[in-house]
Amino acid sequence: MKSKKNNWLSRAVALLLPLLLLAGAALAQTNAAEPEMADALRANGKIYVVVLVLVIIVTGLLVYLIRLDGKVSRLEKEVNN
Amino acid sequence: MKWWKYLTIVLLLYTVVMGFLGHVPRLAILNETERNLYFHVPMWFGMTIILLASVINSIRYLRNPSARLDTLAHESAKTGILLGVLGLLTGSLWARYTWGTWWTTDVKLNGAAVTMLIYAAYLVLRGSVSDEQQRARLSAIYNIFAFSAAIPLLFIMPRLAEASLHPGMGGNPGFSKYDLDSGMRLVFYPAVIGWTLLGVWITEVACRFAFVKEKIYEKQEKQLA
Repeated sequence: MKSKKNNWLSRAVALLLPLLLLAGAALAQTNAAEPEMADALRANGKIYVVVLVLVIIVTGLLVYLIRLDGKVSRLEKEVNN
Repeated sequence: MKWWKYLTIVLLLYTVVMGFLGHVPRLAILNETERNLYFHVPMWFGMTIILLASVINSIRYLRNPSARLDTLAHESAKTGILLGVLGLLTGSLWARYTWGTWWTTDVKLNGAAVTMLIYAAYLVLRGSVSDEQQRARLSAIYNIFAFSAAIPLLFIMPRLAEASLHPGMGGNPGFSKYDLDSGMRLVFYPAVIGWTLLGVWITEVACRFAFVKEKIYEKQEKQLA
């Protein structure tokens, strides 16, 4: 009796599982149809790494330019005196 | 430091941060590369504005010759060429991942490339004349030719062309106004101003350096005399 019930359950699972997998695959496909964006990257925060890298690079270039600007200013003062 | 230099710093940092974190529409093929709008397109805006400044200084030189105006025209042209080369390189990279090729025989691509060659010849011309006044005069005249060739190549020929892969067919050669999402404008316009101001800043420092160098040479000559 008990084993018969188990048998019925396992059959139902065996029938449902492929259907679920198919549904899952179909769901995954509808997701893939939408244009891919860096959602996951932003969700887990890693895009901020790229943003920080660029902030560092731009800041570095700007600091270099500011210092160069300052050096030329000092030179101008020196020459004019 | 002048106020517009602080503005440059603020705008560029805003561009870099919002350029990545701001909202952009979901588009097939382009995907996240549409964020290049904040970096690739401002190179061409900056180049055009700075090359315009260069040719204006060349015309002023021809009307009233001075070493100062020659330096302004020369340094502006150099910055413009730098921005143009960066625009070509970034555009080529972008094309590789959206059109599938580094380069195509597209009217906009070739027009931009020919423009850069014309301006490269400006530098070649300057390098090949040793007399200062002759160099200034010749290159001022050539600069007028270069700019009047660049405008049709960049802004008129693409409008006459039948087809182009590059955005903005039948209108502005850079992009169509309908391509721009209202959220993207909030980053794009500051980006254009920021990158252009950076070009102006570089030019200003280069010019001041050239003026100081000139002054030192003058002083040395006086001491020798």
